[in-house]
Amino acid sequence: MKVAVCVKQALEVSRYLEFTADGTRVDPAFVTTMVNEADLSAVEEALALVESAGDGEVVLFSAGEDGADEALRVALALGPQRAVRVWADGLALDDARTVGAALAQAIAAEAPDLVLCGVQSADTGQQSTGPVIAAAWGVPWVPVAHGLSLSGSTLTLHRDFEAGVTETVEVHLPAVVTIQVGANVPRYGTFKDKMRAKKADIPVVEPVGLPAPRMVVTRLTAAPGGSGRSLEMIKGGPADVAARIIALVREAN
Amino acid sequence: MSRCLVLAEVIDGALAAVTAEAVGAAVALGDEVVLAVAAADPDALVAAASFTGVTEIVTVAVGGSDRDHDLAKQIAAAVIADVAPDVVVAPFTIRSTSFGPALAHSLDLALVADAVALQRDEDGALTAIRSIYAGRVHAEVTFPTDRPVLALVRPSVWVPADVGSPVASRSLAVDVEPSKVRALDLVRPSGDVDLTRADVIFSIGRGVGSQENIAAFADVAERLGVALAASRPVVDAGWLPAVHQVGQTGVTVKPRLYVAFGISGALHHLAGMQNSKTILAVNTDGDAPIFGYADLGAVADVHEVVEQLQSLI
Repeated sequence: MKVAVCVKQALEVSRYLEFTADGTRVDPAFVTTMVNEADLSAVEEALALVESAGDGEVVLFSAGEDGADEALRVALALGPQRAVRVWADGLALDDARTVGAALAQAIAAEAPDLVLCGVQSADTGQQSTGPVIAAAWGVPWVPVAHGLSLSGSTLTLHRDFEAGVTETVEVHLPAVVTIQVGANVPRYGTFKDKMRAKKADIPVVEPVGLPAPRMVVTRLTAAPGGSGRSLEMIKGGPADVAARIIALVREAN
Repeated sequence: MSRCLVLAEVIDGALAAVTAEAVGAAVALGDEVVLAVAAADPDALVAAASFTGVTEIVTVAVGGSDRDHDLAKQIAAAVIADVAPDVVVAPFTIRSTSFGPALAHSLDLALVADAVALQRDEDGALTAIRSIYAGRVHAEVTFPTDRPVLALVRPSVWVPADVGSPVASRSLAVDVEPSKVRALDLVRPSGDVDLTRADVIFSIGRGVGSQENIAAFADVAERLGVALAASRPVVDAGWLPAVHQVGQTGVTVKPRLYVAFGISGALHHLAGMQNSKTILAVNTDGDAPIFGYADLGAVADVHEVVEQLQSLI
């Protein structure tokens, strides 16, 4: 069987940050990158499915500029056979619809049995790429899933809702599934896989005929304290922290 | 005047509280607001859905589960075709994100997910704000084409609309194709822990390190009479049962005091606790996103802090 997995190079920004001159990007000096956590769980799920199927391959996809190759190489080191980068000059990565449609084009050309994505990216978190790929590719999808098992062309899996509710569902392949954060513990690749990932040739597929983005980021502003709360750091050592906690508990209880 | 369609969220046949917030967001835009309610017996929900500011309720009788996103997408598409809105608002929840982005593709709607503000500029064009990068950045987004916009709005941000005098309703018949996703079994969390009623919650995350280390936190929580909760990784690792989980797929809590031990502050956790009255975070990583959501913070080893707590009580 052939499983496609989408991975994203997610950004982490420092607490103090500055923006690029046009105000639509965080200055790269204040950014670190990492492969999106849920995407690595998607890779692990794909590798496990192919192993239990007995044969097949896992092909990685990422939409982005050269930097996306880094994410693809990190994910390749877990064991997938190949990776493809999807990019065209000016591809609107902020618009989930554009990203989903671009990935769907490249994925459809590979005709996989199953497409896995992480449930959401840790940096911009729209939970949208997987469902857009499914709609663009024209197949059913199951979001926020874990515990996948395959019997013939029927996939059985668990999907999570709010308040701890979990539903078991089945769907016929081909399909798109988004993998829940923490669905599994991604493996460490073998030394051989790591060496292969370093040297792997990563072809670029250029999407064609995409519509103009329907959503654009026009301006970024710093939001000190995600919630607008003002943070007071507790002075002193663990004993002072503990004393403060107890005082607050007595006040609130 | 433009027209805004709100897609009600129905959970187990009842109107979910986030619907009132989505209506609040739509009414604040100053548009004509149509509310669509799809349920097995939608007429039974019209009274509860008669929010002030809603001009009309469109009901759709559905034969399937309110968890089925394939059906939800088909119904939403039919309602949008009927109402012809400029803006569609739905809550940013698992139910809505399950079909919303796919719907946006199929109907060519502009999509903004997890919006924390919606407004009209001086020309009347819609703009939205997204909170990104662990809440450290606000992104203003605009919609450069004339396609309708689907805005999925973050829960607990907008003031919920009040229920007022009865709103006129009409039913819309929608023919749906059978869902391509078959539901087999449903599991609800069990256990006698009710985090939603707790005044004080001690919550532990990956930073506690191992299952053995939880005993000290459970001991302190019990002796202080506070509830013990956890972030997703702790539950995934099997260290605590799922009923203790706070977050998007766990429980949403608003205690007077929430103490986060060794929790970094991933998006799905923040969704479940960011409206607590006072938040205190203890973490060894001073750069952890949780500190952006806390009133009080300490960069400290959670094990040393819990030892001190044990000796102080």
